[in-house]
Formats: sequence, structure tokens, C-alpha cells
Amino acid sequence: MIAFRTLLYKEALRFWKVAFQTVGAPVLTSVMYLMIFSQVLADRVKVYDTVRYTDFLIPGLVMMSVLQNAFSNSSSSLIQSKITGNIVFVLLPPISYREFYAAYVIASVMRGIVVGLGVWIAALPFAQVAVVHPLWALGFALLGGAMLGTLGIIAGIWADKFDQLAAFQNFMIMPLTMLSGVFYSIHSLPSFWQGVSHLNPFFFMIDGFRYGFFGVSDVSPWLSFAVVAVALTVLTGVCLEMLRRGYKLRH
Amino acid sequence: MLSGNDGGIAISVQGAVKLYGSLRALAGVDLEVRQGEFFGLLGPNGAGKTTLISALAGLARLSAGHIAVMGHDVVTDYRAARRMLGVVPQELVFDPFFSVREVLRIQSGYFGVKDNEAWIDELLENLDLTSKANANMRTLSGGMKRRVLVAQALVHKPPVIVLDEPTAGVDVELRQTLWKFIQKLNAAGHTIVLTTHYLEEAEALCTRIAMLKAGRVIALDTTANILRRVSSHALKVRVAEAIVLPEALQEKLVCHEAEEMSFSFEKYEDVEAMLAALRTAGAVLHDVEITKPDLEQAFIGMMSKA
Ligand SMILES: Nc1ncnc2c1ncn2[C@@H]1O[C@H](COP(=O)(O)OP(=O)(O)O)[C@@H](O)[C@H]1O
Ligand SMILES: [Mg+2]
Repeated sequence: MIAFRTLLYKEALRFWKVAFQTVGAPVLTSVMYLMIFSQVLADRVKVYDTVRYTDFLIPGLVMMSVLQNAFSNSSSSLIQSKITGNIVFVLLPPISYREFYAAYVIASVMRGIVVGLGVWIAALPFAQVAVVHPLWALGFALLGGAMLGTLGIIAGIWADKFDQLAAFQNFMIMPLTMLSGVFYSIHSLPSFWQGVSHLNPFFFMIDGFRYGFFGVSDVSPWLSFAVVAVALTVLTGVCLEMLRRGYKLRH
Repeated sequence: MLSGNDGGIAISVQGAVKLYGSLRALAGVDLEVRQGEFFGLLGPNGAGKTTLISALAGLARLSAGHIAVMGHDVVTDYRAARRMLGVVPQELVFDPFFSVREVLRIQSGYFGVKDNEAWIDELLENLDLTSKANANMRTLSGGMKRRVLVAQALVHKPPVIVLDEPTAGVDVELRQTLWKFIQKLNAAGHTIVLTTHYLEEAEALCTRIAMLKAGRVIALDTTANILRRVSSHALKVRVAEAIVLPEALQEKLVCHEAEEMSFSFEKYEDVEAMLAALRTAGAVLHDVEITKPDLEQAFIGMMSKA
């Protein structure tokens, strides 16, 4: 238990010590998105009848920040440790693979939530509606953060070089996030693309999170919850198995 | 610190094989290190020393065989095994995010040790790191980083301490500090395993030595016996052209490079007979030299013969 707590503490301290880059920068990026898109698109994009576009955009950006930063945290920590070799400091002690998993995922969720909160607070001056179901929102943020934190561990362990990790991020995480309905409601898409969106677990995370904000969403929050829970379970299984075998960590 | 050596087994390696593709980094190693020993693991680069230590530490997995630390199998009972073991890795690795003290606190936590400040202070003191306690790891020199690595390996007071070439590329001062401290730990009952390719270092410190070559143990004995075996005096000769050595000389040969040959001998009286044997074999001597025991040379000779 002490080992797990220490690893979690170390992982959290790692991003907190460079919070300017790990928290400040992504908050700034999201606020830029918010200002530009809400200015340019406010009158052009119609989403739900009851929700202004800017209000629609905020939870999408918040959740996108949660997801991307959760992924960044575990993946960059692991690849840095692997490449510099200091990963031995966590491989030599008697830390079980489950503790290892839990510490990295929870630290990732923490980073995601901190950045998400930062984005949300920065966006408050632009918002006109209150959060309707905060527990749903929190639940999706936690589950989504855990899912991307897990994916980050998998990617960080799999990648041997920084550019492989960048490829994972640019060709998988980014498109899945961008096509998840952060900037639009999928109901505004042709039906074929609506169908495609339903294959993207990121869509359900964003949609469910948005339900927490407005009480309206493209699909039922229960469906989103189920999809996200299943995806998280599958990824956790894969990740734990990789760690148990010591894949690319203990050769 | 510890209650001293009770002669039990600190490390047992049985039939250790490690394959990297078709390369046999370990080709069947059997070893036992007793508690309280100061044990030397010697061998040229690529012999498999680091691989053996990695397997011992759970950083690598054996293709076949078993390793136990203080009776705990490093795979099936890894938690207990790792608690018993402190490893100073060969590579100079460090975590650039933290200060020396933070690194040591964190490492203590990984081993489940709470409130370790007193021992951390003692480690810093013994390794001449006290003044650097709050310095960021990034700002330390190579030698300082090496000291921190040693401290990190010791945060949980492991009964078995393994150092993988801790003095490679390290200044004399650190060498002295380090050996003084390690000897103190050994005297307090800790088992020490040291890899090095400086034979003098092993000679000065180790009570027993295993020589590893191409993944095999080619010699395993007390340091005194190994030295007696590898090193008497040497007769170095340079001949005009290569000759076929008579059997009597063949077994005394320790080193053979083109026209240069070194033979070991125990007593000066033997030299005359050896020279005579060379002449009989048709050798034309260009140069003759008698050298005192040269450990490095003898060691290299032993390595290339085995
Ligand atoms: N991860 C690895 N993958 C492939 N080959 C390796 C790996 N680690 C070590 N080797 C090889 O195993 C052999 C033994 O290496 P090592 O144990 O580092 O030797 P030493 O520490 O005695 O210098 C070398 O031939 C080395 O190239
Ligand atoms: Mg080595």
C-alpha cells in the first residue's frame, strides 16, 4: 500500500512540478479554441434548440482536455522513463503490476481532472448555463480519464521511441477526439457519418459528459456509460496483461 | 544493522539460461553466494554479468533455470526477493524531476519504508552527498549521480547488495569513498556482489570470485586460489616466426599473439628449461622478458584460454 501511494505521489508530483506545461498550456489551448470557435461559429452551427453553441462547446472542450491530458500523462511519463532508463527505479522494488497500473491510471485521471477543471473555470465567463447533473459529468470525466490513462500506459509501453508515441497520439487519439462531436452534434451529420460516430467510444464519453451539463444528449447517458465502461474494462484487461507479462519492460 | 553472516545462502542461481534470439547471453550458470560474502563477478564485456544481475533483480526473465535471493524465488516470490535485494545498475540513470532527497524518499516508499529520514541522512553522510541533498538530480556531476544510485539501492537496508560496475569511469576519490562504505556494509553483515573488469579491485575487496565468459562460469573459487592459479611469474618472448610449441610449454602458455608469447612459471629455475624447450622447437628468440605477476594480463590470458 505504501509502495502504491508513493508511486501515485511521484507520478502526480511529476506533472505538478511542471504544471506550467502540463496544466497551463492545455488550458490556454482550450480557451483559444473556445474563443475562436464560439466567435466564428456561434451563429452558423445549430445544435440543440435549448442550448447556445458556446455553451454546447464548453463541455466538449473540457472533456477533450481531460482525455488528452490523461493520455499524455501516463504515456509521456512511461516513454521518458523507458528512454532515459530510470524506469528501473520502479521495476526493482516489490511493486505488483496491479499497483503499478492503478498508480499510473489514477495520476493520469488527476492530471485530466485538474486540466479539465482549469478549462471549465476559464470558460465560466463565456457560459450561460449551470451544470444540471454534476454527478454524471464527474462520472464520465473519471471513466474517460481512466480509459485514456490506460491507453496511455499501453502506448507508452508499446512505443520504443518518441515518434512512435507521437504517431499513436496523432493518428489515433487526435482523430478519435476530433470526430467525437466536440465541436458539433452528430445529429448535424449525414446518417452514414452518424453511424460511424457510434463506433467511436470517444463520442460516448463526450456525449455522456455533455448530458451531465445540459441534461440533453445525442444518445441516452446510460448507453454512453455502458459503452465507456465496457471499453475501459477491455483496455484495462489488455493493459494488466501486458504489465503482468512485463511486455517491453522486463525482457 | 544485520546480525552478521550465518553462512546461509544469499543468492542461488541454478541452470540459468537467457536467450536473446539466437544469442546465449547466459548459457547455463550455476552459482551460490553465501550470506556475508563479498563476491566478485568478473568477466569481459558481453560476458553476461549484467544479464545475470538483471535476471536476479527481475528486470529480465530467464529462458530456463531459477534464481533465489535469501531463499525467495525471484519470479514466484518476487516481492520478498526484491525486498532482500539492492541493485546499483550499470547505466548512470536518474530522474530529472526530483532532488536527491526526494529521490531517496520516493525510493524508500517504493520499498514500503516509511519515515526513513534518519537512514537517508546516514546514507547521504556516508556517500558525501549531504551538501547535495536538495540539489536537483539534473545538476549533479556523473560521479555524484553514481553515489545517488548507490544510496537508492540501499534505502531499504537490503541484506544483499549488488553493484554492477560501480567504478567504471569514476574518479579515484569516489572509488575510495564507495569502497570504504561498501566494506563497512559488508562488515555489518550485508552480502555484497560486485561486477567489475578491474581485477585489482576484485582482488582487494572480494573473498570469492566467479569468472564469467560467454554466458558461462569458467572459474569459481576463493580470490586467493584464483590468483594462485592465474598468476605466477611470466616469461615473455618474441620469436622470429611462429613455431609449434611442445606440450610442456603449451600448458604454461597464458597469452599468445602472433610472434609474442607469455608463459607462466613458478620458480626462476624453470626459466632455463623453458628457453631450452623453445630452442629445441626451433624458435629464434628476438626478445626475452621476465615480468612479475601481472594480474590483468593473467586474467586476460585465463579468459582467452577457457
Ligand atoms: N536486451 C538485450 N537484447 C539483446 N541482446 C542483449 C540484451 N542485453 C544484453 N544482450 C547481449 O547479451 C550479452 C551479454 O551482455 P551483458 O550481460 O550486458 O554483458 P556484460 O554485463 O558482462 O558486459 C551481450 O552479447 C549483449 O549484447
Ligand atoms: Mg554489464
